[in-house]
Amino acid sequence: MPLLHRIARRDHEAIAFTLDGHACQGRAGDTVLTAILAQAEKLRFSEFSASPRAGFCQMGACQDCWVVLESGERLRACSTALGAGMRIATKGRAA
Amino acid sequence: MSGRAQPLIIGAGPAGIRAAEALVEAGLRPLVVDEAPACGGQIYRQRLVPDERSSVALYGSEAPKAERLHRDFAALAGKLDYWPQALLWNLRDGKADIAVGGASRQVAYDGLVLATGATDRVLPIPGWTLPGVFTLGGAQIALKAQGCAIGSRVVFVGSGPLLYLVAWQYMKAGVSVAAVLDTAPFSAKFNLLRGLALEPAVILRGMRMTAELRLKGVALRYGVRDVRIEGEERVGGIAWREDIREMHLACDGVGYGLALRPETQLADLAGCRFRFDARDRAWLPECDAAGRTSVPGVYLAGDGAGIAGADAAELAGERAGLALRQDRGLPHAPERAAAIERSLARIGRFRDVLELAFPFPAHWARDMADETLVCRCEEISAGEIRRAAAHFGTGEINRLKAVSRIGMGRCQGRICGSAAAELLAAETGRSVDAVGRLRSQAPIKPIPLTMALAQPQAEAAE
Amino acid sequence: MSRHLDIDVAIIGGGLVGSSAALALRGMGFSVALLDKGYCGAQASGVNYGGVRRQGRPPEQLPLSQRAHAVWPRLKALIGIDGEFLRSGHLKLARDEADMAALEAYRRSVAGLGLDLELIGHNGLRERFGWIGDNIVGASFCAGDGHANPRLVSTGFAAAARRAGVHVLENTAVQAIARNGPGFALEAGDDLRLSARQVINSAGAWAGAFAETFGEPVPLSRIYPSMVVTEPLDPVMTVNIGMEGGGIYARQVERGNCVVGGERGLPLDDPDFSRPRGEGALAIMNRTAELFPALRHAHAIRFWSGTEGAMPDRNPVIGPSLTTPGLIHAFGFTGAGFQIAPGVGEVLAELIRDGASTTPIEAFSIGRFSTSARTHPGSGAGQNAEPQHAGESRS
Repeated sequence: MPLLHRIARRDHEAIAFTLDGHACQGRAGDTVLTAILAQAEKLRFSEFSASPRAGFCQMGACQDCWVVLESGERLRACSTALGAGMRIATKGRAA
Repeated sequence: MSGRAQPLIIGAGPAGIRAAEALVEAGLRPLVVDEAPACGGQIYRQRLVPDERSSVALYGSEAPKAERLHRDFAALAGKLDYWPQALLWNLRDGKADIAVGGASRQVAYDGLVLATGATDRVLPIPGWTLPGVFTLGGAQIALKAQGCAIGSRVVFVGSGPLLYLVAWQYMKAGVSVAAVLDTAPFSAKFNLLRGLALEPAVILRGMRMTAELRLKGVALRYGVRDVRIEGEERVGGIAWREDIREMHLACDGVGYGLALRPETQLADLAGCRFRFDARDRAWLPECDAAGRTSVPGVYLAGDGAGIAGADAAELAGERAGLALRQDRGLPHAPERAAAIERSLARIGRFRDVLELAFPFPAHWARDMADETLVCRCEEISAGEIRRAAAHFGTGEINRLKAVSRIGMGRCQGRICGSAAAELLAAETGRSVDAVGRLRSQAPIKPIPLTMALAQPQAEAAE
Repeated sequence: MSRHLDIDVAIIGGGLVGSSAALALRGMGFSVALLDKGYCGAQASGVNYGGVRRQGRPPEQLPLSQRAHAVWPRLKALIGIDGEFLRSGHLKLARDEADMAALEAYRRSVAGLGLDLELIGHNGLRERFGWIGDNIVGASFCAGDGHANPRLVSTGFAAAARRAGVHVLENTAVQAIARNGPGFALEAGDDLRLSARQVINSAGAWAGAFAETFGEPVPLSRIYPSMVVTEPLDPVMTVNIGMEGGGIYARQVERGNCVVGGERGLPLDDPDFSRPRGEGALAIMNRTAELFPALRHAHAIRFWSGTEGAMPDRNPVIGPSLTTPGLIHAFGFTGAGFQIAPGVGEVLAELIRDGASTTPIEAFSIGRFSTSARTHPGSGAGQNAEPQHAGESRS
């Protein structure tokens, strides 16, 4: 079950992205964090204990929501707007 | 005015906007730098796109203030420079390094207003890194800015006015709120009655929210201790203790926070002198009633100078703007300035009352189990911190950082710094101010290795 | 009301040199006070890059460096922690044929001194270190070198000295020092008086004033090396990296962070503290991404800088005072003190106990700066500078 539950903006324009290779849809106005957690339980795994993380402060302070695109590029999920065609990976640690 | 660089304002929340307005009014052309895509700060944060909810649904009783602030800033367009989605990552000798549009620009400034705001103050508790646990501010942003609830059955825990406000907002949005767990004892709330004379509207609004929560059947618990969040892969429940009773509730989302803490990294990089504030239990940059710091030309406004709330931030922003004007020999509205200072003093007395009503859980550091993670970034546990302090004989917070890595991760100690200081103080049997202040370092937030240094552009003339 | 301490040896400066000397002296049975104006290991010793490297040192430093080389693997037994010491090897890169020729010349100049340098050509680099950018023409590899965590090692020596019974006195600046009969009288902190038979001046960037007190002025200056640390990354860098002629130097710690140094920081208003310059840090970051393609998406999460004492000929001052019996100097390591410091500590202890060291240190005598002495000839130390020395970049 996803972590976040939408209570507004449900009918906004759909934005396609992929999460670990699976096709997903977010909504116009989503941050990357919202788009991922509206369908998944986590954003990433911690580097040291590999425990699941899903952000914390949502205001760009705690730095706990950095996700990686398949290209290797990093995004802070809470402060990046979802872009069409983003290919997001939640598995493993960045290299 | 030719020849002088632009004043620089960091933050486009209530304080930054009012400061900008005061400068523009005197014919100055400030550069406003803000990390968010739109103005408003955290409290009056705007959605990325409009949705079906009204301004009142979003900002409640504060909707008129939010709308006015957004509108007033929009009206300044053309009279200032505004860089949204821009990060000031380093400050030095009158120059600011600003990451914007994928490059780093070095900007010389003449006059700096830091309106950097606040984030939630948290103390680590077992399970606080589990998916589904967010700060109170984070839970509020999810709801207001993103139209999402952090769970289908949510518990709010911690202390401070935001605890009740966010719980009430979730309830109003139709989300099931399982409980509000306040770490402060119920008896502390009687202090709020003393706030009636100072800020009656605020107190009455708080009482109304509490009453509505109760009416909706939300359990309000006071004096909770030993809070643990349960779950393997995500939040499954929350446990706590009231006196000797063990309590437990199932839930799938937790909002957590113990009031707010100012963002002070930039004041530190700017060279401002700090003092320990006993009420906020934190090191704050020194400033006078007008917002002047120990560094000439550097001003503070809003929660970044010490927590006082959004109304005070608007006033302090304007006051700092007037101070900058005065220091430049421009008209500076002394009567208005004096009136603002009186209002800020009253709000300051109100903050004293709030601190008594929502006191810091000073017992936390002693209660903390060794295995609890203190640093989320580097995953340093309370036990590792205690062992490092003992092995190296360290009683100073920057030395503790050196030998334990606490505060060395991506967040640079924003989240764990105060907790580490509390732990070190408890371990060494000293007061929390005696362990010192964690020094800030650039970059204040992560920046990409490939970020290019943009060629200096002609400075905008005022 | 003043406190009084009567000890055999007073050591001024709780960096790695001072604290390792303190530990060694205590092991010989001396009573020792280790004085620091701030915290032990908080300056150059604790905030340097962390290279544990012999390669690149001038030949006259190598006997001392070899002595220290034997200490590093024994840290756990010596101070209770391994200090994250990793014998990864040190690879010094050549960007062009001239660099390669310099590396070859260096190898010849230190032949027989125990470094076992291996020259690697472009193809060899591609095979063995494929993570290094393609524009590097070759390198010199020293398999026995490595890196360690300076914050832990320096603080660890001081902590071990304290446990061994050294009077470790932090936040206790030496206010006055003078000869007193056969020994020395010191005033330190607010109210401390010390009597010491011998004194070690290991005060790093602050050592010049003490040397001058005893009529031995030295051209000691300050440098502020500048470091950038990345977020934790998957293992990429298997060795400690330096560059011929300077530029950047880089290593990856076991937890995954890459530490990259280069450029210089600037002092703050309080010149005991410093910070990297923004544009300098960006230059280091950009060069890192260019040199190590695997890091091109990584983020820098923190910078640091520290204050180090530097000598014009890039060699430290180590040895007895020429004016004052009982006084021994050890400072001015010019950004290259970390690896040799534990060896220097042993040498200092020998000098105290025996009046002489089994390791040759004549090249480091303070006498080379006395006005009558001939100025130090260009020994090649400059060309073969530590990567830490590199202030200038080459593109």
